[in-house]
Amino acid sequence: MLRRIRQQLGFDPPHQSETRTVYVANRFPQNGHYIPPRFTDNRIISSKYTIWNFVPKNLFEQFRRIANFYFLIIFLVQLMIDTPTSPVTSGLPLFFVITVTAIKQGYEDWLRHKADNEVNGAPVFVVRSGSLVQTRSKNIRVGDIVRVAKDETFPADLVLLSSDRADGTCHITTASLDGETNLKTHFSVAETAVCQSVSRLEALQAVVECQQPEADLYRFVGRMTMTQHDEEIVRPLGPENLLLRGARLKNTKEIFGVAVYTGMESKMALNYKCKSQKRSAVEKSMNTFLIIYLGILLFEAILSTILKYAWQAEDKWDEPFYNQKTEQERNSSPILKFISDFLAFMVLYNFIIPISLYVTVEMQKFLGSFFIGWDLDLYHEESDQKAQVNTSDLNEELGQVEYVFTDKTGTLTENEMQFRECSVNGTKYREVNGKLVPEGMTEDSPDGSLPHMIGDELLFLKAVSLCHTVQISYDQPDCLVSGDGDPFSHANGFSSNHMEYFASSPDEKALVEATKRIGVAFTGSNGETMEIKTFGKSEKYKLLHVLEFDANRRRMSVILQDPSGGKMLFTKGAESAILPFTTTGEIEKTRLHVDEFALKGLRTLVVACRHFSPEEYMDVDRRLNSARTALQQREEKLQEAFSYIERNLHLLGATGVEDKLQDKVQETIEALRLAGIKVWVLTGDKHETAVSVSLSCGHFHRTMNILELLQQRSDNECAEQLRRLSRRIKEDHVIQHGLVVDGASLSLALREHEKLFMEVCKNCSAVLCCRMAPLQKAKVVRLFKTSPEKPITLAIGDGANDVSMIQEAHVGIGIMGKEGRQAVRNSDYAIARFKFLAKLLLVHGHFYYIRITTLVQYFFYKNVCFITPQFLYQFFCLFSQQTLYDSVYLTLYNICFTSLPILVYSLFEQLVHPHVLQNKPGLYRDISKNSLLSFRTFLYWTLLGFCHAFVFFFGSYILMGEDTTLMGNGQILRANRQLMFGNWTFGTLVFTVMVITVTLKLALETHFWTWMNHFVTWGSIAFYFIFSLFYGGIIWPFLHTQDMYFVFVQLLSSGSAWFAIIIIVITCLFPDVVKKVFYRHLQPTSTQKSQVLE
Amino acid sequence: MMASSYNAKDEDGHISVSGPGGGALRSKKPENTAFKQQRLPAWQPILTAGTVLPAFFIIGLIFIPIGIGLYVTSNNIKEFEIDYTGVDMSSPCFNCSQNFSWNSTRPCTCTIPFYLEQSYENNVFMYYGLSNFYQNHRRYVKSRDDSQLNGDVNSLQLPSKECEPYAYHDNKPIAPCGAIANSMFNDTLELFYHPNGTKVPVPLTATGIAWWADKHVKFRNPGENQNLTAVFQGTSKPVNWRRPVYELDSDPLNNGFINEDFIVWMRTAALPTFRKLYRIINKKDNMVPTLQRGNYTLEVVYNFPVRSFEGRKRMILSTISWMGGKNPFLGIAYITVGSVCFFLGIVLLLIHHKYGNRNNSADISN
Repeated sequence: MLRRIRQQLGFDPPHQSETRTVYVANRFPQNGHYIPPRFTDNRIISSKYTIWNFVPKNLFEQFRRIANFYFLIIFLVQLMIDTPTSPVTSGLPLFFVITVTAIKQGYEDWLRHKADNEVNGAPVFVVRSGSLVQTRSKNIRVGDIVRVAKDETFPADLVLLSSDRADGTCHITTASLDGETNLKTHFSVAETAVCQSVSRLEALQAVVECQQPEADLYRFVGRMTMTQHDEEIVRPLGPENLLLRGARLKNTKEIFGVAVYTGMESKMALNYKCKSQKRSAVEKSMNTFLIIYLGILLFEAILSTILKYAWQAEDKWDEPFYNQKTEQERNSSPILKFISDFLAFMVLYNFIIPISLYVTVEMQKFLGSFFIGWDLDLYHEESDQKAQVNTSDLNEELGQVEYVFTDKTGTLTENEMQFRECSVNGTKYREVNGKLVPEGMTEDSPDGSLPHMIGDELLFLKAVSLCHTVQISYDQPDCLVSGDGDPFSHANGFSSNHMEYFASSPDEKALVEATKRIGVAFTGSNGETMEIKTFGKSEKYKLLHVLEFDANRRRMSVILQDPSGGKMLFTKGAESAILPFTTTGEIEKTRLHVDEFALKGLRTLVVACRHFSPEEYMDVDRRLNSARTALQQREEKLQEAFSYIERNLHLLGATGVEDKLQDKVQETIEALRLAGIKVWVLTGDKHETAVSVSLSCGHFHRTMNILELLQQRSDNECAEQLRRLSRRIKEDHVIQHGLVVDGASLSLALREHEKLFMEVCKNCSAVLCCRMAPLQKAKVVRLFKTSPEKPITLAIGDGANDVSMIQEAHVGIGIMGKEGRQAVRNSDYAIARFKFLAKLLLVHGHFYYIRITTLVQYFFYKNVCFITPQFLYQFFCLFSQQTLYDSVYLTLYNICFTSLPILVYSLFEQLVHPHVLQNKPGLYRDISKNSLLSFRTFLYWTLLGFCHAFVFFFGSYILMGEDTTLMGNGQILRANRQLMFGNWTFGTLVFTVMVITVTLKLALETHFWTWMNHFVTWGSIAFYFIFSLFYGGIIWPFLHTQDMYFVFVQLLSSGSAWFAIIIIVITCLFPDVVKKVFYRHLQPTSTQKSQVLE
Repeated sequence: MMASSYNAKDEDGHISVSGPGGGALRSKKPENTAFKQQRLPAWQPILTAGTVLPAFFIIGLIFIPIGIGLYVTSNNIKEFEIDYTGVDMSSPCFNCSQNFSWNSTRPCTCTIPFYLEQSYENNVFMYYGLSNFYQNHRRYVKSRDDSQLNGDVNSLQLPSKECEPYAYHDNKPIAPCGAIANSMFNDTLELFYHPNGTKVPVPLTATGIAWWADKHVKFRNPGENQNLTAVFQGTSKPVNWRRPVYELDSDPLNNGFINEDFIVWMRTAALPTFRKLYRIINKKDNMVPTLQRGNYTLEVVYNFPVRSFEGRKRMILSTISWMGGKNPFLGIAYITVGSVCFFLGIVLLLIHHKYGNRNNSADISN
C-alpha cells in the first residue's frame, strides 16, 4: 500500500515496481492526485536512425570500427603535425569509405523505416469515448480497449475481455511466435465476458494489475479488479487470458481486449533480442592479417625513426649548408620532435593498412549476395519463393561448412502428412482417389465403396475419426451460430467442405482428413459430444473420457458412448505400445503390414478398440475418477489406471501416413557427405520414425552399423554405454557408423562426458538425435562450435523450435515452410527447399569463398607493393620522410586506379563452372578449413608484394642510373633531348610500373573473363594514363606546388622508360606465371583438374 | 551488419504467397538473364604449359635481340668523367676547396688537364655531377614557391611559408626563395682544346638544356616584358648567391627565372648522387668530330663548396644514343629475362610432354 502511494506520488519510478497497473479504457481514479504512469507507445521501432540523428549516430557507429578509427587518427595526426603528405591523402579515401558505408546503411535503414511504418500505421479499432474509433496501430496506449476481428493479428499484448461467444473464449494460433499451428483456446474473465458491445464495455470499471513486461511467452501473472455495484471483484489472470501481439485470431468473429503491453514492451518484441553479430572465419583471419600488418607498419616506422636519428647525429647530414632548418625547428624539444617524426613515418607508411579493404569487402558482400536471390535454381516454382539473404556478412562462410545440423520435419520432409495405406483386419488397403482399395485390386474395380464398408472396416474408420484431439475451424464466419445454440447445427446446413481441421499433431489431422474423404467425416465436438457423418448420416457420440497421449505410453484413447448407448474405447498409438495388449484381431498380419509400412518410410499407428459391458465401464469410470482426483501420486495412479483400461484390446488395424520426403533430399545429403560435410539430423520425433526417415532419406545407409545411445537413465549407465560404443567403433573400423541419440541421453552425455561423446560422434559418419528439445539443439551446435577444432557449423530448420539452433550456428538457414516465419526471420539465409542447400553451399559458397579470399589477399598485396618503395626510398633521402609519389597518386591509388578490377573480380569470378561444382562435391574439400587464407598463402602474397616492390624500386633505380639514361629520345625529338629526371619522375616511373603490374597480377588470377573484367582491367590502366596526362598537363591554380607538371609526358616521351616499364612488369609477373604452371602440372588441385575437364 | 535483428514486416507470420485474388501480385521468379544467373559469356584461360609455352618462346626471342641491341647501343656511347672536387693534395683544385669561404670576393679558379682517348662524334653533352648532395631531402624538396617562379607578382613580394628559412633576408623577400634556389650550383666550367700546344676554347651552348615545358610554361619572369631589374626591385637575392637573379645571363631569354641553369637546378634529383646537364657541345659540321682526340683542360671557377658534407663534384662528357645515356643494365636485363624465358620454355616443353597427357585424363578423386 505504502509503495503504491509512493509510486503515485512519483517517488518510485514505475519500472522499479514489480507490477504495473492498467486502468481499463484509461478510466483513472478520480481522486485527484493520481499520476498516470507513462508507458511506451505501441510503436515498433526496428530502425536505427532518424533523419536527425543519422549523421552523428552513423559516424559514431562507423568510427567505432577499429580500422576507421585508425584512419581517423592518422587523418588527425596529419592535420596537427607537419607530415610528409597532406591531410587530403588520407582524408579523401576515409571520406569515400565513410560515405559509401553510410549510403548503404542509410538505404537499409530506410527499408526498415518503411517496414516499421507499415506495421505502425496498420488500421486498428479502439474503443474511445463510447464508440469504436479507427486509428493506427501506433496510437494504441496501454489501457485501450482494442477490437480485433477474425484472422487479424493482435496489435499489442491484450488481456481478453470478451468475445462474440457467450463463454468469452476465442481461438488463436501462435504460428508466428512459436511455430505451433494448432488452435489454442483463450478465456476471458466471466465478469467481463458479457461486455460484448461497446456500450457495455463503457460501463466496465476494471483495473488490471500485472507483472512488468518480460520475454517469456508462456508466463503471465496478474489479476483484474472489477467494480460492480460498488463491490470489488478480484479475478486471477494467467497466460490463458493474454493474447500476444503477433498471434492471430481464428475461428472467432471478434474480440475485445485491453492492451497491457505495447510496442517494444510486448512479449514478441522482447523476444527479438539483438542477434549476436556473426563473424565469418574470413573476417577473423582478415583481422589477424591486419594486426600483422599493423606490426609491420610499426616496425617500419620505428626502424625509420631510429635510423633517421642515427643519420642525424652528424650535423653535416642533419643540416648541411644548403638545407638549413628554421628557427622553430631548431628550438622544438627533442622528445616532441622524436614523437612527431615517428608519427610522420606512420603517416607515410599508413597505406600499408588497406583503407578501402573494408568498404570493398562490404560492397562485394552486399552486391554479391544478390546472386543468391537471383538464382533460378534456388527458386521454388510451386510456392513462388526465391532464396532470401538476411545477412550478407556470411556469404563466404557457406563455402566453409563442416557440420550441417538439420531439422527433420518440414526440413527434410514436406511436413505434409498424407494418409497412404491402412491395414484393416489383415487386409491392406490403399487410398486411391478418396476410396479405400484393397490390395490386389485396381483402381477401376467396380464402383461403390459403400457396399464394402461393412463391419470392421467401418468400425476402423470410425475409430480413426473419433480417436483424436483435432479441432475444427469453419471458414465461413456466419456459419458460427453465436450464443447457446446447438454447436452442431451449422454442420447440417453446410457442406463440410468449409471445415478446416487444426491439430497439434499433423498425423491426426491427416488421418481425420482421410476418413473424411473416404466418407466418415468428423464434423464437430463440443467437449461432451463428438459428431461424425458416416456417408451423409450424422451420428453423435458422447465423449466420456480422454486418456491423453503421453510419451511413455505412446498411445492415446477415448471412451465414448455410441448412439445406441454402448460404451467403447478406441485407442491409437505406436505399434509397440498397442500390439502387446491386443488379444483378438489379425495381430500377426497387422504386425507384418506395419513393418512393411515402416520400411516404406510411412509413419505408422495402430488402432484398436474395446467394448465395455456396463459393469466394466462402471469399474473403469470409478478408477479413472479416483486417479484423476487423487491428491498424491496422481501421475502414477493415472498411469496405473490407463494401463488397466488399455488392455484386452481388439485390434482393428493400422494406418500408414506418409510425411513425404522433400525432393532430392537423398541426393543432397549424399552430395554434402561427398563434400566432406557431416550431416546431423536433430529432431523432436520419436526414435523409430526418425530412424526410418533417416534411412529413407539416405542419411543412414543400410550398410551402416547403427549405434544407439537411448534411454539412458543415469550418468554411469550413459558413460558405460558411450565407452562401449567407442570400443565398438574401434573394433570394426571398416564399416561406417551411424549414431542414434535421444534427448534425455544426450543431456546426460553432455553433462558429464562431453569429451567421450564428441569422440564417438566424430567417428560416426551420420548422427541422428531424436526427441530433442529446441534448446538442446542449440546446445549440440554450441558444443561443436566450441570444440578444439572449431569447425564451421550450419543449422537448417523451418520451425520456431529451430530458431535457437539457427542463431547459434555459424550459418543459420531457414526453410520457408509451413511453420511460420520465425525460422526464416532469424536465419541468415532462407531457402524454400532442403535440396537447394547443395547449390547454396557447393556453388555459391565456393564462389564467394574464392572471391573474398582472393580479394583480401590481393588487397594486402597491392598495398605492400604500394608502400614498400616509399619505405625503401627513405634509405636514399636521409629518412627525411620525402614521399616517392605525388599526393594525388597516393590518394587515388586505392580508390581509383586499382579498386574496380578487384571489385569486379570478386563479383564475377568462377574458377570452375557451377555445374561442375555441383556435380563434383569433392571440390568443396579443396577450400575447406579456410585453406585459401592459411598462413602459407598469406605469406606468399605478402612476400610477393615485397618482392614486387623491391623489383619496382630497384629496377627503376638501376635502369635510371644517375638521372641521365632514361632521357628524352634525342634522335627523334631534338627539342627535348637529354633532359634530366627529378625525384618526381622517378616516383612516377615506379608508380606507373606498379599500377600496371598490380593490375596485371589480378588479371593473372582471373579465370573468368567477362566483358566487365576486360573493361575494368584495361580501363583502369588506360584511366591511369589518361588521368596522369591530364593531371600533369595543366598548371593547377589551387595546388600549392606544381611538382607533377609535365612529368608524365616527359617520362613517356623517353623510349628507354618504355623499355624499363616493360621489362620490370615482365620480371615481376613472369616468376608468378612459372610458379602457377609448375604447380598446376606437378601438384594440381582437384579444382584445377576439373577446369581442364570442362 | 546488414540485417536488422528485427523485421517488423514479417510480423504477422504470413507467407505472402500470391493467394486468391492476388493475381496482381507479380511472381517473385528471378529473371533468367545471363547476368543474374552468372552465365555471362566469358573467356576462361587456363595457365598450362601448353598455353604459356609460345608466350615464353616469343618473349625469349624478342627480348634477347632487344637486349643485345640496347647493350651495344649503350656500349657505343662514349663517356668521360673527371672528379674536380680537390680532395687530394695533388689535385689542382685542392687549394680552392680548402680555402673556401662564402664571403670571398675573388673567385678561386683551377685548371684540370685531361686527355680524350677517343674522338666524340655527334653532339656531346656536358654534365656536372654531385655526390652526397641530398636534393631529395623533404625539407629541401618542398622549399620552393612555384607560384613565385611562375611569375606571380604577389608571391614575389610574399614568398610562401615553405621557403623558410630562405624566405626573407633583411626584411626583404628573397627571389627566388627557398633552399633549392639558394643552393644553386654556381661553379663555372669551361673547356679548352689543346691541339699542338695551342688553347682553343670549346664552344658551349647553355640553352636547350631544360624541359621545354618548364622553360616556357612553369617558369616565368614576373611582369611580362618589363625590365627585370625593375621588377625584382625590393627583393633580395638568395643569401648564397653572388649575383641577383636578374643578372644570371646577358640574354634576356635566358635570364631571371627562365635561366636554364636555374631551371635545371630546380628540378630536384631523385637520389643523392646525380648529374645535371650543364652545357651542350653542338656538332658543327659532318667532317670534323665534335671533340677530337687529344689534350683538353677544364677550367673551373670554384664557388660551390661540397667538402662540408663529403660531397664530390665531377664533370662528365658524354654522347647520347636514341635510348639516352650510357646504361648497360637495361640491355643486360633484357638479355637475362629473355634467356631465362627461353630456358624455362624448354623446361616447360619437357613438362608438357611428360605430364600434359596424363593430366588430361586424370579424374577427380572424391
